[in-house]
Amino acid sequence: MARSIQSLERAAAVLRLLAGGERRLGLSEIASALDLAKGTAHGLLRTLQQEGFVEQEPVSGRYQLGAELLRLGNSYLDVHELRARALPWTDDLARSSGEAVFLGVLHQQGVLIVHHVFRPDDSRQVLEIGAMRPLHSTALGKVLSAYDPVAHSEALDAGMEQLTSRTLTDAAEFEKELDLTRARGWAGDVEETWDGVASIAAPIHDRRRMPVGAVALTGAVERVCSDAGNAELRADLVAAVRDCARAVARDLGADRF
Amino acid sequence: MTDAHTAGPFIAAIDQGTTSSRCIVFDKDGRIVAVDQKEHEQIFPKPGWVEHDAKEIWTNVQEVVDGAVSKAGITSADVKAIGITNQRETTLLWDKNTGEPVHNAIVWQDTRTAELCRELGRNVGQDRFRRETGLPLASYFAGPKIRWLLDNVDGLRERAEAGDILFGTMDSWVIWNLTGGVNGGVHVTDVTNASRTLLMNLHTMAWDDKILSSMDVPAAVLPEIRSSAEVYGEAASGALQGVPVASALGDQQAALFGQTCYAEGEAKSTYGTGTFLLMNTGDEPVNSYNGLLTTVGYQIGDNKPVYALEGAIAVTGSLVQWMRDQMGLISTAAEIETLALSVEDNGGAYFVPAFSGLFAPYWRDDARGVIAGLTRYVTKAHLARAVLEATAWQTREIVDAMTKDSGVELTALKVDGGMTSNNLLMQNLSDFLDAPVVRPLVAETTCLGAAYAAGLAVGFWPDTDALRANWRRAAEWTPQMDDDTRKREYKSWLKAVERTMGWIEEDSKE
Repeated sequence: MARSIQSLERAAAVLRLLAGGERRLGLSEIASALDLAKGTAHGLLRTLQQEGFVEQEPVSGRYQLGAELLRLGNSYLDVHELRARALPWTDDLARSSGEAVFLGVLHQQGVLIVHHVFRPDDSRQVLEIGAMRPLHSTALGKVLSAYDPVAHSEALDAGMEQLTSRTLTDAAEFEKELDLTRARGWAGDVEETWDGVASIAAPIHDRRRMPVGAVALTGAVERVCSDAGNAELRADLVAAVRDCARAVARDLGADRF
Repeated sequence: MTDAHTAGPFIAAIDQGTTSSRCIVFDKDGRIVAVDQKEHEQIFPKPGWVEHDAKEIWTNVQEVVDGAVSKAGITSADVKAIGITNQRETTLLWDKNTGEPVHNAIVWQDTRTAELCRELGRNVGQDRFRRETGLPLASYFAGPKIRWLLDNVDGLRERAEAGDILFGTMDSWVIWNLTGGVNGGVHVTDVTNASRTLLMNLHTMAWDDKILSSMDVPAAVLPEIRSSAEVYGEAASGALQGVPVASALGDQQAALFGQTCYAEGEAKSTYGTGTFLLMNTGDEPVNSYNGLLTTVGYQIGDNKPVYALEGAIAVTGSLVQWMRDQMGLISTAAEIETLALSVEDNGGAYFVPAFSGLFAPYWRDDARGVIAGLTRYVTKAHLARAVLEATAWQTREIVDAMTKDSGVELTALKVDGGMTSNNLLMQNLSDFLDAPVVRPLVAETTCLGAAYAAGLAVGFWPDTDALRANWRRAAEWTPQMDDDTRKREYKSWLKAVERTMGWIEEDSKE
């Protein structure tokens, strides 16, 4: 059996103590209950406090469980909340870019479309909310796989089906693509999912840098690429998508807790 | 925003709303360039009374105009016109020599004139002035609020009859101050705001002398009634000094205009705390026999006025808030959709939120809320479905009333407001109406409507066709429910509505 780390064991004991019985305890009570030197207990509490797992009441100086601990067990962001927050920003992105905008989250082995703004050109379009998209070929899927380890393993488990001649089907190439995505902060899809269609996506992070979803702009390859032959996505559109993702993230961070 | 905005010129819209005042600067494509907003105090002197400090409001309006212009990084030279939209029916009287309000503004929600309205109905009742005004005698409209102020502020009636007092809804107050106040401010209102006073004759677009004398309101206090889109005057000070003030529209009419509902039969519905549905009925006022209001939609300059039918639903977004705050079944309003989607259907439950009686098309103040069809099978998720369906069915009932009154079938419903982010609700709406539901790309349809009207008045846009060309579809929901299901569900809903009525007995009424 692997040797356990003593300070982690002690920290766990502190949390258990604060979770049971008395809700708030002073330093000496904690130290004596766990049979620790006051200095050791204080060090543990200070670290736990920095992580947000423990809070100190300013007046009495007593300790209690912190909000971060509750968030751990309940950190899931409601996708409908995400849509409501993202709506003005995605509208704005559609209007300024002239292209359709999507919001996607990881769902089972794919990307679930949770919001869709039509391309603002008055053509007939069908709302795609509720549709599933592949993780390995779409810009949304690549962003989620690059930043969310669960999405990453789902993408590999799902298999990498060849959808067009440009679809990446080799796992090593896919990893390189994800490295690139992480390095530059966005992902592209130039005719990898549908012929003639290109897309740019950026991650929406919450306060703890967890990707809660991704925003993408999708349009005809001739409009979204500066040079369709080279698969070169337009820099101004990339910037617009990233700005949109950051604006939504700011909105999420500002109001949560 | 990443792309460079067009380099002007621009139109500024002022929205003097119930909770805040806002100014939005729009470019020629109808895109938002800058926004500034400031809330004002809600004053509740007694239960049922709601007031605003009109001086605070005017200060806020000046600040948000300066704020929006400065955020946009433009000058008055770049702005071609100012448009005004406002909370409707909120009533103010002020001294024209000093510019001082004689009392706080009485807000549309204020019910202090309920008893007065019953008295004014005499032996005829609520509909005494309906033929002339299109409205029932109800406490929200401005006329009875003027009368209350004249009766209750010391010495006011004498000053009013001597010609020292001016009346206005918030459009008049903002325009009078904006165009100079005591130094030559113009005292005007537009046809849409005037149509909410119970004092204007819908057929002549003039103050109705008979009603004025029945209500005992001296004509001397009244503003001149003008069209919704013409130059009333110029801003006398502030960041937009010298810019023409060129439109005024009540907020719901402004949303109708901003949604470009310019053809007969086009309708918009704004989903907020409550919901307001307006349908363009063309250049004839349509009398309602189904509990709707007949009102003016808009009038552009010398053109004929365009009329509208209006239906209000008291409780829509507020029902979701009630599920969150009173029931604690959800922690955010958006979660209602998550909860509702965890089941396939309503499980047989129907929720009629007649919290303060039933509005259009029933108008029953003896009704109270009901959850019908409960069995042990029903969970909170089914109730979440029933909550969303309640908003959709209430919309259907208003649309049905509009079709009956106007003879015009609804072709599509244009929606705006906060609840349009609820995808399930929008799908329910389309399913229950059996018509497409369309959300435009710009959510700020109220301000946009005021900007459009002002822009038309100064030739910034040539005609309503140019405005239509600016309108962009952001999403469209189409019906997916089969006819039999729709009929069966509607029948159950109507049965549930039936069960709300007569709950409050005559002798227990307050």
